[in-house]
Amino acid sequence: MRSTVLIAAILAVTFPAAYAAETINAAGATFPAPIYQKWFQEYHTAHSDVQVNYQAIGSGGGIRQLTEGTVDFGASDMPMTPEQMGKITKFKVLHFPTVLGGVVPTYNIEGVSADLKFSPEALAGIFLGRITRWNDPALAKDNPGVKLPGTEITVVHRSDGSGTTFVWTDYLSKVSADWKGKVGAGTAVNWPVGLGGKGNEGVAGQVKQTPNSIGYVELIYAVQNKMAYGSVRNKSGKFVKATFDSVTAAAAAAKDIPADFRVSITDEPGAGVYPISTFTWLLIPDKIGDATKRDAIKAFLKWMLIAGQNDAAGMSYAPLPKLVVAKEQKQIAEIK
Amino acid sequence: MRRLWRKAVNNVMLTLTGLCALVTVSALFLILGYLLWNGGKSLDWDFFTKLPLSPGELGGGMANAIIGSAKIVALAALLGVPIGFMSGVYIGEFSGKNMANVIRYTADLLNGVPSIVIGIFAWTLLVVPMRHFSAWAGGFALSLMVIPVTLRATEQFLGQVPLELREGALALGASKWKSVVTVVIPAARTGILTGIILGVARVSGETAPLLFTALNNQFWSKGFGEPTASLPVMIYTHAISPYEDWHRQAWAAGLVLLGLVLVANIAARMVLAKGAATQRG
Amino acid sequence: MATATQSVPGRARTLLRNVRGGDEIAYLITFLFAASVVLVTAILVFELWVKSGPAIHKFGFSFLWHSTWDPVNDEFGALPFVFGTIITSVVGLLLSVPLGVGAAIFLSELAPPKMSNALTFLVELLAAVPSVIFGLLAIFALVPLMRHYVEPALISSFGWSPFFKGPAYGVGVLTASMVLAIMMFPYIISISREALIQVPREQREAALALGATRWEATWDAVVPFAKLGIVGSIFLSLARALGETMAVTMVIGNDPKINASILAPGYTIASVIANEFTEATGDIHLAALVELGLVLFLITIILNGLGQLLLMLTAKPGTAR
Repeated sequence: MRSTVLIAAILAVTFPAAYAAETINAAGATFPAPIYQKWFQEYHTAHSDVQVNYQAIGSGGGIRQLTEGTVDFGASDMPMTPEQMGKITKFKVLHFPTVLGGVVPTYNIEGVSADLKFSPEALAGIFLGRITRWNDPALAKDNPGVKLPGTEITVVHRSDGSGTTFVWTDYLSKVSADWKGKVGAGTAVNWPVGLGGKGNEGVAGQVKQTPNSIGYVELIYAVQNKMAYGSVRNKSGKFVKATFDSVTAAAAAAKDIPADFRVSITDEPGAGVYPISTFTWLLIPDKIGDATKRDAIKAFLKWMLIAGQNDAAGMSYAPLPKLVVAKEQKQIAEIK
Repeated sequence: MRRLWRKAVNNVMLTLTGLCALVTVSALFLILGYLLWNGGKSLDWDFFTKLPLSPGELGGGMANAIIGSAKIVALAALLGVPIGFMSGVYIGEFSGKNMANVIRYTADLLNGVPSIVIGIFAWTLLVVPMRHFSAWAGGFALSLMVIPVTLRATEQFLGQVPLELREGALALGASKWKSVVTVVIPAARTGILTGIILGVARVSGETAPLLFTALNNQFWSKGFGEPTASLPVMIYTHAISPYEDWHRQAWAAGLVLLGLVLVANIAARMVLAKGAATQRG
Repeated sequence: MATATQSVPGRARTLLRNVRGGDEIAYLITFLFAASVVLVTAILVFELWVKSGPAIHKFGFSFLWHSTWDPVNDEFGALPFVFGTIITSVVGLLLSVPLGVGAAIFLSELAPPKMSNALTFLVELLAAVPSVIFGLLAIFALVPLMRHYVEPALISSFGWSPFFKGPAYGVGVLTASMVLAIMMFPYIISISREALIQVPREQREAALALGATRWEATWDAVVPFAKLGIVGSIFLSLARALGETMAVTMVIGNDPKINASILAPGYTIASVIANEFTEATGDIHLAALVELGLVLFLITIILNGLGQLLLMLTAKPGTAR
């Protein structure tokens, strides 16, 4: 009698009726993770029969797990390369931009609360390990009036495969031939200097706890954690901070957005453009066998393109341009 | 003069070694103290009943991680204990010397595999073919760590059963297997059980093998075929994040996990001590 | 007797007739379980070997001494991780062996039995604390301590030497070593204590009878007997420390560079696997990570083997010096 009760209790815990929900597994970028997690919770509240379990393991992880087939869809801030897409033979990967965001240089300098201005050369120099102290002339030149200490700069970068890293290194490759030659762009690179943090959260956490450090994170991580972040000099010579407007301007300045939405919008020209902006994408297979999952994913995408976009501004991302939304709505039909 | 010097050295060294012992023991108390202080503050009813919220939002809990850990550890025990136990019985009671050495050596080998490598193995064996992160894979990975501990404990305590008991059973006409099952194993059961509890308690705190087998989950996991949240993985992800509220949760989870592990350990050892005492007396 | 002329069912019947019942079945069942242990271990080694194939094929043995870890250009070398793994464990040993052996001596020789048992019990509980909890405490308690007090002090006193250079990050090789040292205490203490207890009482009593102080009796007459056991405990603790993942990953700084300074960040094999495994997008990248796992496994096998050997040698009485 007692053992029956015990077994019943165990079964009740592992298979309660509440599990009638369809679980969709997704994994990928930490860059958009805050808004994705908000979206998936909102969507679950509205549609209790669908729960999307999103694990922010980095863009590299999203691409890998999608390739292995262990998740239903992935997410990445770096568009998949032709080689990566070629590895997947079971289906074609459709890229769905979700929001726009900016990668900001966030720092924690003792005694400095002002917003610092960073030139492209300064950023490249710091991350190459050439500029080692905060009061280096290259930094002082752009920040007159700010008393920069002579302490050593601690660089923090990503230790995992990251789309945020791709955006950052893509930008640095465009503005510094030195960086391009020595390091290059990718989701994981051979960093000349610095500590590694896991995920955007890891980098933010590390910078927050390490005095005189600098790292790169998606805007919301700096905002949510009340960390200082600087402005960057864009292609037109103006020092611009990542804001709703400056990131939107970057997307608007991108002339040709290809049909498959795989495009980089770093270092775009324009006075009000934030130069380290990017789309971020959901990587959805064009063939989904499970009909329930397929319909749920398609329904979510439709919701995301309209209602979901309203959440963007409040979370320090920028919504997609209308033209892009229209094109994406057409792409949903390609999911069979 | 020399005597005074030797006496001085004597006293100094005695004190030093005493200090060494003090330092090492105090490490345990420091850890407990820190966790009780920080974790105790953060432990509330929500922790045990609510699901985690998205980062930046305050509140929520780790109910799914507690259940998830329970599922994974139960699976590990169900898989690992029988295999370890039966193998231990084989070595202890039935096999020849050479086979016993081979099996023992293999178990030691398995025991020495770094936990992250066990994770790699479970990933290639289960996650990739199943195309799913799952509690199965996590439970399997942990069971590989339960097997050697159970095997050693079984062998050790079976070996401690006095010869008189075995011979008595055989003299009464029991066949070998009957004597093992009805006399030897029951005589050794306290020690074996202790070893099992200690082994299972140890794997319940393991994180590395779960990182790419059970992964993690914000929601409840259906059955055993879904990514499953677990306490150790939650502690890890929350501790390295920049969110204060997540840190708070990590402390609470740490306290719960350590509490469970220590209680199991202390209980097991006390049972063993009592069992040994009654056997002797 | 089964002969070639008997049919298959006939042969089966003969076989079953020979199974006289319980004993053979029991043997068979337990044997199958034991065989499964050997099987699964063999599959593990096999899988590791196969999955690291692409990397072994591409790099050969040079994998072990190259130090570039470049996923963009598919160039991978194990040296920074092997270095990081070894240095954190060795520094950890340097910190924990004196303390651990000292404590073991105290507990086995100098403390009254009741106190000794109680304290040993407590120390052994330390072995039950999960790695991730050590990591949790390390991040929030140890790292700030290192960053604000310990490391600056070390830099100002020893910063002239290459071993203590660099900014006080708080995270890094030294911090990871300290965490490992604490995790190694219970193993060193418990195994060394066992070795010391096994030394025949006559040794100590003879020394005392000759007029030695308690310390002299311990150090000169008892400890040498237990030397092998103590060294064995060191090997076993080392083997455990090398595979330690979580606590180290959380405080080592994750930088695959080889640095003379122990205040610099580093990277261990277990940490890089934990950080990069789920996301290695290239085949070579993944294979390189698995190969690292294989290397780690091999190192721990060797160390464990040596440790067990030494312990076995101590078990024989009368094997001093």
